[in-house]
Amino acid sequence: MEQPAYQNPLRTGAIRPAELLPWLAAGSGFFLFPDYLQLGAQILIMVLFAMSLDMILGYAGIVSLGHAALFGTGAYTAGILSAHVGWSEPLSGLVIAGLVAGVVGFVCGAVILYTRGLTLLMLTLAVTILLQELANEQEHWTGGDDGLQGVVMEPLFGVFEFDLYGQTAYLYALAVLFVMFLAARAIVNSSFGQSLRGIRENERRMHAIGCPVYRQMLRAYTIAAVMAGVAGALLAQTTEFVALDVLSFERSGDVMIMLILGGTGRLYGAFIGAPLYMILQDQLAKLSPEYWLFGIGALLVATILYAPEGMLGLTERLRAWATREDS
Amino acid sequence: MINSLVSIAFDGLAFAMVLFIISVGLSVTMGLMGFVNLAHGMFAMLGGYIAVSFIREFGVPFLLGAPLGCVAVALISVVLERTLYRRLYGGDELQQVLLTIGLVFMGIAVCTFLWGPLNVQLDVPSYLKGQVDLGFRRFPTYRTFIILVSFAVIIGLWYGFERTLLGAKVRAAVDNQRMAETVGINIRRLFTLTFALGSALAALGGALGTEILGLTPTYALEYLVYFLIVVAVGGLGSLRGAFAASLILGVVDTAGKYYLPAFGAFFIFAVTIILLLWRPQGFYAR
Amino acid sequence: MSDALLEVRDLSKSFGALVVADAVSLSLRPGARHALIGPNGAGKTTLVNLITGTVEPSAGVILLDGHDITHWPQARRVKRGLARTFQINTLFRGLSVLENVCMAVSERRSLSARLWRRADARGDVIAEAMALLESVKLDEDAQRQVRELPYGRQRLVELAIALGLHPKVLLLDEPAAGVPSTESHVLLEAVEALSESIAVLMIEHDMDIVFRFAQRITVLVSGAILTEGTPAEVGADPRVREVYLGENAELRGGSR
Repeated sequence: MEQPAYQNPLRTGAIRPAELLPWLAAGSGFFLFPDYLQLGAQILIMVLFAMSLDMILGYAGIVSLGHAALFGTGAYTAGILSAHVGWSEPLSGLVIAGLVAGVVGFVCGAVILYTRGLTLLMLTLAVTILLQELANEQEHWTGGDDGLQGVVMEPLFGVFEFDLYGQTAYLYALAVLFVMFLAARAIVNSSFGQSLRGIRENERRMHAIGCPVYRQMLRAYTIAAVMAGVAGALLAQTTEFVALDVLSFERSGDVMIMLILGGTGRLYGAFIGAPLYMILQDQLAKLSPEYWLFGIGALLVATILYAPEGMLGLTERLRAWATREDS
Repeated sequence: MINSLVSIAFDGLAFAMVLFIISVGLSVTMGLMGFVNLAHGMFAMLGGYIAVSFIREFGVPFLLGAPLGCVAVALISVVLERTLYRRLYGGDELQQVLLTIGLVFMGIAVCTFLWGPLNVQLDVPSYLKGQVDLGFRRFPTYRTFIILVSFAVIIGLWYGFERTLLGAKVRAAVDNQRMAETVGINIRRLFTLTFALGSALAALGGALGTEILGLTPTYALEYLVYFLIVVAVGGLGSLRGAFAASLILGVVDTAGKYYLPAFGAFFIFAVTIILLLWRPQGFYAR
Repeated sequence: MSDALLEVRDLSKSFGALVVADAVSLSLRPGARHALIGPNGAGKTTLVNLITGTVEPSAGVILLDGHDITHWPQARRVKRGLARTFQINTLFRGLSVLENVCMAVSERRSLSARLWRRADARGDVIAEAMALLESVKLDEDAQRQVRELPYGRQRLVELAIALGLHPKVLLLDEPAAGVPSTESHVLLEAVEALSESIAVLMIEHDMDIVFRFAQRITVLVSGAILTEGTPAEVGADPRVREVYLGENAELRGGSR
């Protein structure tokens, strides 16, 4: 390097060319797989959801088994707005859903982030199941077990109808994902984001340098809640339906597995993990649900043992190995 | 009114005892190694399936089936502990959570393949069927049997924990691992041993409890949350805590489902949240 | 009132029947170079934990620069100028050396709540961190991950992080523990080069370092203060020798 070593020495940084790849893939997907755009939109939504989990899990190190609570809150907010209030304008519905999820996330976080370890794990889990039971019981508002019917969406910007093929849904989800990604990228690369990484790496040390750890974690949790809520709202809006499973433990587990498969603490892990998981699921479950379950279980075990940093971590390691061979 | 209260207390107690037998091993191993083992529910489930198979396929008598299930599950658990769990000791809890969830998925798939997706009944012998008269009231014989067996197990556990060398070592290691190592306790071997014992107990609870919990492949996930609640609310590594938490959970759940079935498991989780916020380290923290 | 920067009065802590701090009193003026010595298990680290706020005292008062901080949360004490190092390295092992120090600098500058501006665009933070690294001769390792450094070099990162907080009072918990004696001079020189306005309390077992560094020494035994005085006074105290005989014979050679 010709420049002094400390010119721009932190690893957060300018945009690398490889960062364009997922967006090129998502963009070309629109033209390459016109029959799969509904699935494609759902994949993009899960990418956003997994990315929001990455904010708290990969950066702040908060292990949550209840991230679906926030996803589901967003989904039901958007759904109920349309089905019961008659508010069917998608963009404002999305914003409201994100804000409601943010408030729920802030309140939950304020209560549970005092705890750590198994207790925190159990509290995140218990809150989700509690919300799901509540949604199940409030049939009038949520449709209970049958799901929330009667969600309709006005055309986007008053122009683009949500069509049967999912073209509008796909592009809408992609655009929202992109905006959210830009925000997330800025946040994790900021001083705040650095501070979160510090908490993940060594919480004791963060206390000792005067960091208000609880406040930082609560901020991260609230931001992630908004993003998860937006993801949930997208699902409700693009499928015009909300089922109870948006709040399920299984969904919390799914999104965590997606993130782990892709790799945590990188934002882009979500872009690898969610498509991988959902495409595998789509293909294997066709054969038999047991194959899918066994396959994903085995993949998870193998990932933890041999590629604990996920597919992205694995490629980084392989690349480092290959370049060392060259020299 | 009184009658239903007695029924709830009785059924709640039977459920609580099954919960305790299954969860106590998880509590001790988590207290000992800090290993978050989400596959514990799978061990209970396997205990049930293996016991059923021994009884049905090989004509083993009922009272022998469950112990055989325990032995089989203990062996399986030791193999898993030696080959997989061991690699993640001292690692972060997220990896432990994910590894064991992966195992649960594989276990569910295998059980579905072997025993089918539907509920499998444990064939109760005729002497445990029907009702038994306890003087003031008649109770279902099988549940009475569950409660009696559980009491025997609890007494045995208490004795083993408080009065034997192994129990003393476990208590010392849960209390202060570094100290225990410096006085020459082999933590790894101790852990393998308690892990096997805990899994065997889970298998016992799984086999005995099929009448209450049912036996389908999703058992491993469905009830996992209950077992984890017992451990978290009771406090890691605490027998008394696990017992108290099991009682609360068993009775509240039974009462909730009896009086307000529409709310399902709502009360359990509400109570859990309140208890955990009140005592984040559980009733009996180390 | 005294003009002490840090004042500890009758600080006590017990866990059940076990008393780990027994009415300890200490006073550090600006520029103080104070050593805290005592046999293993005397409660030296506990005292640091009490002062920094990771452990709540059972009784007693802690004053920092005139403020009663006894019940303040840890972060607030740090913002008021109380910094510490750990006996066992407590670092961000997966981050680079520079990032470790930047973390402290940007926290001190209250930048950690800033959500949008890129951290790597803050040249002032990075320049300050680099200057600190140069002062402890770590600048060449700035880009390396902490976990790649030998343990002794990591001790310097501990110190650099604490210095990045611009402390008025610095608590050093066995800074030279695990540092080869050939390298401990870098550490000591960095400590000796500290501004005269800072008060330093150092826990240390190596009596060579203690006698080279300290103007005053406090001897802690079983949670209570045995004696306090100048190095000469403490070195000559027969009770101190008694405590250390067999435990640590180095004290007798302390003046060598």
